[in-house]
Amino acid sequence: MNVFFDAISLLISADNDLLMIVGLSLWVSLVAVLVATLIGMPLGAATALYKFPGRKVLVVILNALMGLPPVVVGLLVYMLLSRSGPFGVLGLLFSPTAMIIAQTILVIPIIAALSRQIIDDLWVEYAEQLISLGASPTRRMMTLLWDGRFSLLTAVLAGFGRATAEVGAVMIVGGNIDHATRVMTTSITLEVSRGNLALALGLGIVLITLSLSINAAAFLVKEAAENRQV
Amino acid sequence: MIAQPILLLSLNSICFKASGKQLIKELSYQFKVGPRSIIIGPNGAGKSLLLKLCHRLLEPSQGHIQWHVEAENKSNTAFHQAMVFQRPVMLRRTVSANVEYALSLRGINKAQRRARTEEVLGLTGLNHLARFSARVLSFGEQQKLALARAWALRPKVLFLDEPTASLDPTATYEIEKVINAIHDSGTQIIMTTHDLPQAQRLADEVLFIHRGRLLESGPATTFFAGPTNQFAQAFLKGDLLMWDRPETKMLGD
Ligand SMILES: Nc1ncnc2c1ncn2[C@@H]1O[C@H](COP(=O)(O)OP(=O)(O)O)[C@@H](O)[C@H]1O
Ligand SMILES: [Mg+2]
Repeated sequence: MNVFFDAISLLISADNDLLMIVGLSLWVSLVAVLVATLIGMPLGAATALYKFPGRKVLVVILNALMGLPPVVVGLLVYMLLSRSGPFGVLGLLFSPTAMIIAQTILVIPIIAALSRQIIDDLWVEYAEQLISLGASPTRRMMTLLWDGRFSLLTAVLAGFGRATAEVGAVMIVGGNIDHATRVMTTSITLEVSRGNLALALGLGIVLITLSLSINAAAFLVKEAAENRQV
Repeated sequence: MIAQPILLLSLNSICFKASGKQLIKELSYQFKVGPRSIIIGPNGAGKSLLLKLCHRLLEPSQGHIQWHVEAENKSNTAFHQAMVFQRPVMLRRTVSANVEYALSLRGINKAQRRARTEEVLGLTGLNHLARFSARVLSFGEQQKLALARAWALRPKVLFLDEPTASLDPTATYEIEKVINAIHDSGTQIIMTTHDLPQAQRLADEVLFIHRGRLLESGPATTFFAGPTNQFAQAFLKGDLLMWDRPETKMLGD
């Protein structure tokens, strides 16, 4: 029980190390999700709405990549960024940028696949009506993105959830360096192995709270979308 | 001397094929400017397909469709038409935004959009719901909104696909009132229904369709007084004309 109180007191005292770890975690994941949204959402929407060669293959690939193991993505990005890799000259390995790249790759398939499903369902419902009203293909896309905005936001939140929770990729490409690339998940792994359960548990509490808040937010967004009166 | 009727839309032996089945067969008809045309026939006759072909949501596999309306923009006859579907499609927006959206696609400016939206919501009795999400409306109200949205565009022709198919008598009555008002405002109505009393209430002319064929057409009074086609007679008597009844084989398919 002592460990639990120590963890709480660490949180309350807003321990500097702990704040830095939480801050870096949020920063890395937020930027990764932002980039993944900018790439994944148009990709998903386009595969739903436009017919182009290779579309079905792309859909299958995106769906399969949703379950991509983080360590594999980590390994891939590691090989690309390592000194002997094609992007080695950039010197990005073991930096927050490397972690952002890895998480972006991890999250793109989730946001793309979920967006595709959302836009696809909406298109089935809207297609005849929008064509009947004379909406241009561009206008159709804009309409679907706007009318699907609440569901699409839950797709983004799902991506953020995956980014903050994963440990394998950031561990490999970030290296878990103190005060540089240490984030919540990698730090928990390390502190547990060191026997420093208080800090690990403190971070665990933050992670769980974060995850609960994201799910609560997703739920409220859905709820609001369904019973919106204005 | 009787004035020559003005042609609106010609269907020249159109066929429609899907999944290897001939669903509309060699159908020809000339819609004229003026009368409310009601397309009747049992479920699965091809009524919805025919409307969608006329509205260019589907392309005929054979034959062609010709519009005779003079268009400001010749390349796009679609802008003279609107369609209301059997199941109303409500955008995830407010009632008034649903109407304004349709108007915005016609490049109408904001002030005019507002005014026109208020006008049609008033005409259809939906004004008090203007700021509600369209998707919280009852089914009947949604269908009325779909009519209002189409009416706002002031189309020359409005296609209605069984607009009251799943409504109770009160809601049906309300919808029929709106349909008559739209007709009186100068929009031509081309509508399908499988509801005979409704066809009798609304039709100026009737097209009877069965298994993808136009079997009889003519003025409503003549048709309801006694159709000549045996399937039309059976339909009026309340026979459902099931797909697999032996006598339908006489149609040659
Ligand atoms: N895309 C399609 N592929 C195959 N069959 C279809 C398709 N669309 C409609 N049908 C069939 O065509 C027939 C006519 O359909 P429809 O026009 O919807 O009938 P209704 O007169 O009830 O409106 C039905 O038997 C329907 O199952
Ligand atoms: Mg139908």
